[in-house]
Amino acid sequence: MITSVEHRFGPYGGQYVPETLMPALAELERAWIDARTDAEFRSSLDVLLRDYAGRPTPLYLAERLSEAAGRSIYLKREDLLHTGAHKINNALGQALLAKRMGKRRIIAETGAGQHGVATATACALLDLECVVYMGTEDMRRQKPNVERMGLLGARVEPVDAGTRTLKEATSAAIRDWVTNVATTHYVIGSAVGPAPYPALVRDLQRVIGDEARAQLLEREHRLPARAIACVGGGSNAIGTFAAFYADRDVELVGVEAAGEGIESGRHGAPLTVGGPGGVLHGAFSAIMQDAEGQISEAHSISAGLDYPGTGPEHAWLRDSGRARYTAVTDEEALATFARTARLEGIIPALESAHALAFALKPAESDLDLVCLSGRGDKDLAEALARLGPLAGA
Amino acid sequence: MQTGIERIAAAFATAAQQHRAALMPYLMGGFPDLATSQAIGEAYVDGGADLIELGVPFSDPLADGPVIHAAGTEALRNGATVAGVLDVGAALAPRVPVLAMCYANPIYRRGLEEFADALAERGIAGLIVPDLPFEEAPAVLAALDARGLALVPLVAPTTPDERLARIGARARGFLYTVSLTGTTGERAAVDGALHDVIARAARHTDVPVAVGFGIATPEQAAEAAAAGARGVIVGSRLVREATEADDPPAAVGRLVRGLAAALR
Ligand SMILES: Cc1ncc(COP(=O)(O)O)c(C=O)c1O
Repeated sequence: MITSVEHRFGPYGGQYVPETLMPALAELERAWIDARTDAEFRSSLDVLLRDYAGRPTPLYLAERLSEAAGRSIYLKREDLLHTGAHKINNALGQALLAKRMGKRRIIAETGAGQHGVATATACALLDLECVVYMGTEDMRRQKPNVERMGLLGARVEPVDAGTRTLKEATSAAIRDWVTNVATTHYVIGSAVGPAPYPALVRDLQRVIGDEARAQLLEREHRLPARAIACVGGGSNAIGTFAAFYADRDVELVGVEAAGEGIESGRHGAPLTVGGPGGVLHGAFSAIMQDAEGQISEAHSISAGLDYPGTGPEHAWLRDSGRARYTAVTDEEALATFARTARLEGIIPALESAHALAFALKPAESDLDLVCLSGRGDKDLAEALARLGPLAGA
Repeated sequence: MQTGIERIAAAFATAAQQHRAALMPYLMGGFPDLATSQAIGEAYVDGGADLIELGVPFSDPLADGPVIHAAGTEALRNGATVAGVLDVGAALAPRVPVLAMCYANPIYRRGLEEFADALAERGIAGLIVPDLPFEEAPAVLAALDARGLALVPLVAPTTPDERLARIGARARGFLYTVSLTGTTGERAAVDGALHDVIARAARHTDVPVAVGFGIATPEQAAEAAAAGARGVIVGSRLVREATEADDPPAAVGRLVRGLAAALR
């Protein structure tokens, strides 16, 4: 039996947090080691994922996108899950784990609101108290999700610091945890943060890749040439990639937010840009920072990718050459958002539209697997305001 | 010449000879600007500070409450740099031992050896890193040890005994004991955990135990000392005074005199 989870991925990862939290991280690690091999825990989670969330999600051959790209494009339909994104896989798992640990108060951070909604949903279901930290700029651009969280019984705490987006919401959630650690579990929403979170979130999200791999083998009797996913903190991407680590011929591609263009500096693409690693939100990883070591402000039209950090395992997948990372601009993502709606009758989340935009670019590949991490209902107001002139719609 | 570690030890020894706890006010470097923060530091010393904790502003201070967070943000907006803030430390260091309080990322960005050199060149005696727990500390500890500088670790009420022992054994200068489960900031009363955490910390280390977080008033400082703390750290109350007062150095000087009197 494996009695620990990874703390380091190459030089990345670790636990750069106030001492107050260290015992709680150790407790969480023990709880996860125990729970993940416990038949009863596994079966409660599997039943929830199947009957409540809607797993397995379909693997869909998007014929009109395939035609446009000149190769087969399969979409892993995480957008069809309850609450509309892959975030529910992690939220249900961690909420069950919190209950097992006897913690009845849950906190979370959210950018796009999808993780906040997923956590609020899991807490309603499991009768847990829920507080979600969200930047006020994100509350504006993802308003429907703020309303959903309220309806689900969660308290949304507005965060007004800095750029009022995901970075500040995460910092506020960590400060809450430092104060209320005895009673509270922090359901982090991506494969970021101090150990054991990056490994825990990956373990809970790898159902995406495991299912897709089996579905593709059944349908096509082969593996994809490329597995493609968008990367904010990196949870849908790591969940997609983990199933293919040993399949050396499958190229793994993470797509970050190029925002207004990498050269503009207004982006959310620390893996693509490179540069020295750094410490943000408890882990050493690829981050956006200035020469003084101050964390830079990210920018993306997509709230879920608007983050200057990334999961430590991605930084190591990049350095070790197993995965590669690239970035797609706001405009490219918006155009693909509209195009996917017209071609497939699927409105993707703006985050997922980044992965799709990359998949549609010319490439050697003959078969791509794209993680469609979420649906775009939450983005309609923001996207339509920007698309009017662009799409001529 | 004394090493940083020896200077810190001497400051605690002097206070102990006078049968009192050492007073260590926290200064946000570069707030509201570099020159004023230096004047505030001078006022701390004039008011009776035995040591100074010099905060290096950081964009994402996870261990800090709203007052220190806001002051750090303002310092950065006004152009504070790591070097500029450490220069404020250099100006104060001839008078009292100065310990820099800096989050991990600016240290890594500069490089551990380079950062340790930057402290040593300025006569800064030690370093406190609020997001560098025991497990992550060995490389920083080695870099500071090589220069005779103190890496001061933190312990909290949540730290179990067995962990306290490991942290206490590697403490240099003093053991920074967090009085409460939470971030920096003023509290109406000292935390109920205070007595217990001080006693537990003292049992597990040979260096002096100093208490910080949530200590704001002369009464609270005296209570911490009575509970066995050999050092008392006051932060948010003084930073708030610097934020609100028309003449920050004069105003914080008055508060520090009151705190020092309460410890005598
Ligand atoms: C639909 C969707 N996809 C992707 C992301 C980005 O997160 P991650 O990189 O952790 O998958 C988000 C985050 O909010 C999201 O809502």
